[in-house]
Amino acid sequence: MELTGAEIVVRCLRDEGVEYVFGYPGGAVLHIYDALFQQEQVKHILVRHEQGATHAADGYARATGRPGVVLVTSGPGATNAVTGIATAYMDSIPLVVLTGQVPTALIGNDAFQEVDNVGITRPCVKHNFLVKDVRDLALTLKKAFYIATTGRPGPVLVDLPKDVTAAKAPYVYPERVRIRSYNPVTRGHPGQIRRAVDLILRARRPVFYTGGGVILSDAAEVLTELVQRLDYPITSTLMGLGGYPATDRRFLGMLGMHGTYEANMAMHHCDVLIAIGARFDDRVTGNVEKFCPHAKIIHVDIDPASISKNVKVDIPIVGDVGRVLRDMLRVLDATDRSPDREALAAWWRQIEEWRAMDCLKYDREAPVIKPQYVLEQLYEVTRGEAFLTSDVGQHQMWAAQFYKFDKPRRWINSGGLGTMGFGLPAAMGVQLAHPDALVCCITGEGSIQMCIQELSTCKQYGLPIKIINLNNRYLGMVRQWQEFFYQGRYAMSYMDALPDFVALARAYGHVGIRVDRPGDVEGALREALGRKDELVFIDFQTDPTENVYPMIPAGAGQNEMILV
Amino acid sequence: MRHIISMLLENEAGALARVAGLFSARGYNIESLTVAPTEDPSLSRLTLVTSGNDEIIEQITKQLNKLIDVVKLVDLTEGSHIEREMMLVKLRAADATARAELKRLVDIFRGRIIDVTDRTYTVEMTGTGDKLDAFIEAVGRRAILEVVRTGVSGIARGEKALRL
Repeated sequence: MELTGAEIVVRCLRDEGVEYVFGYPGGAVLHIYDALFQQEQVKHILVRHEQGATHAADGYARATGRPGVVLVTSGPGATNAVTGIATAYMDSIPLVVLTGQVPTALIGNDAFQEVDNVGITRPCVKHNFLVKDVRDLALTLKKAFYIATTGRPGPVLVDLPKDVTAAKAPYVYPERVRIRSYNPVTRGHPGQIRRAVDLILRARRPVFYTGGGVILSDAAEVLTELVQRLDYPITSTLMGLGGYPATDRRFLGMLGMHGTYEANMAMHHCDVLIAIGARFDDRVTGNVEKFCPHAKIIHVDIDPASISKNVKVDIPIVGDVGRVLRDMLRVLDATDRSPDREALAAWWRQIEEWRAMDCLKYDREAPVIKPQYVLEQLYEVTRGEAFLTSDVGQHQMWAAQFYKFDKPRRWINSGGLGTMGFGLPAAMGVQLAHPDALVCCITGEGSIQMCIQELSTCKQYGLPIKIINLNNRYLGMVRQWQEFFYQGRYAMSYMDALPDFVALARAYGHVGIRVDRPGDVEGALREALGRKDELVFIDFQTDPTENVYPMIPAGAGQNEMILV
Repeated sequence: MRHIISMLLENEAGALARVAGLFSARGYNIESLTVAPTEDPSLSRLTLVTSGNDEIIEQITKQLNKLIDVVKLVDLTEGSHIEREMMLVKLRAADATARAELKRLVDIFRGRIIDVTDRTYTVEMTGTGDKLDAFIEAVGRRAILEVVRTGVSGIARGEKALRL
């Protein structure tokens, strides 16, 4: 039997096991919406702006490990989605983005709502396709899911001209697909793995440095086993939080620009650095000339281009992080060698000295609400069990520092691109993926306004997200840099004429709570958590002068932190 | 250092744009680029000349390999290889002395005169980029009306072949 292109799209999604499509209708995708309307398996979530659709699909993907799916129309629908696509690209999140396109005969004509979707997104997708013939449609969609979810994951865009969605073809969804030019390596080189284990066992001052690759590869368990067996210290990037239990004593906290003193000092002084699924981002390395000056470096990553891109490494291992770590454990099993316990004890004594600096301390007696206190209280009240999404800025760093993630896929934030506006729509995707879980969006009065319209989506689908707004009336991270590096000239970082967020939440049909005093923080959080079926927007009036410490200024070494 | 990177590319719309876009997005330079179909209609052969230190070249080849449309890639300058570029050049050849002199130069450089008018010669010449540069230098800028170069293409010496 022949199906229309639109029906084929929907059947493909169904056969791919897609639960939700996040999207927004428009002229070029009307056939597809009509096909969606006539079935029940694939559910559609109507956002209020296409950026929200991509972030929601992204949040869903990060929380589940399954690809997020987006459907938007041509022209402005697609361009609005670009920020979300770039966000997913930078953090290697699997998305399949379906964009409408003008009919093939009109392509290149500057037709109504026409834009070159494939051209615009080329630099921020893993791959993209323009389908010109309905007979190629099913295979192309299969390829899109395959490419998005394998190797180093990422967003794949499929551009669908309107006439292709109207034309008919027989439907066969291929069970498997082979792409001759795309064969990601998953198994690490055995010789390299043996060399790495040998170096690990010879280390006197080792440290594990782990990133988002651990989460993407579902390798938290095997990583934990390896680290605990060796009893080595471990630090994580912003993207890797939850890949190793933060409450374990071996965890030194996050590293990098706003990482802990002990994590950055351990990096600076280590003799063997074991980098797992991390990419030596500039926010982690600081000045690469001064990065880990005494260390031999092992780097495990599925993307060969990530290896020796920023920092030259000694033992590169290309492969899937989980698989390589399991192979490392096997090599360890087979040897009777063990780490130098004496050297390790001395290393741990040194690390404990650094840890005793208590670099995350802040003024607990202040009469105003300290943002750190809100995060600490949130951690207590939720017993560390919440899913946290975050926007971008100071609140993001405080959440990363003060909420201790023991499990993977609980910390969901835009690390690479740093996209303000990510938090709320991402929380929608997380909440849909885990309807019974507690999902909190950590945000600020700047970020939340970038996708605030999604409060309406939350109402429509009854998503009981808890929004923790750390409202300091400033674009806090901008203000902090201006204080440190621009002699306090606060150019355009003060936000005047803020809305009454409580009234705004109510206007959207939600509950709003304003909190002004430190003593009311815990009570407000408990009240919000008690409202299990409602979205609660808590507007915390926080200290406008608070800064994120420690801080490595741009261009400095990891041992050159600004402390409180 | 100068490198000649040659690859087999899916013969699909947008494949060239992905390669070119990668160079501009990551700030690498392309000195020349040439692309044409191969005996297998599903594949194009693309050859480009770029320069950079070892780390940059390593990144370039890794990033190119990551492109889904790049099927296979080789850095020809890593081994012994042959490089060739073709040039068409239109020369001012108005008087007898100039014509004789140009004819001699073309012969020395093993080029061929492929079109003649009262006032011009059009020359076809093949060789390494250096040889073509040397010819341009020898005839002098004033004699040149137009230069068309294909960009470098190349192939490995011996039995090594870039094929599937």
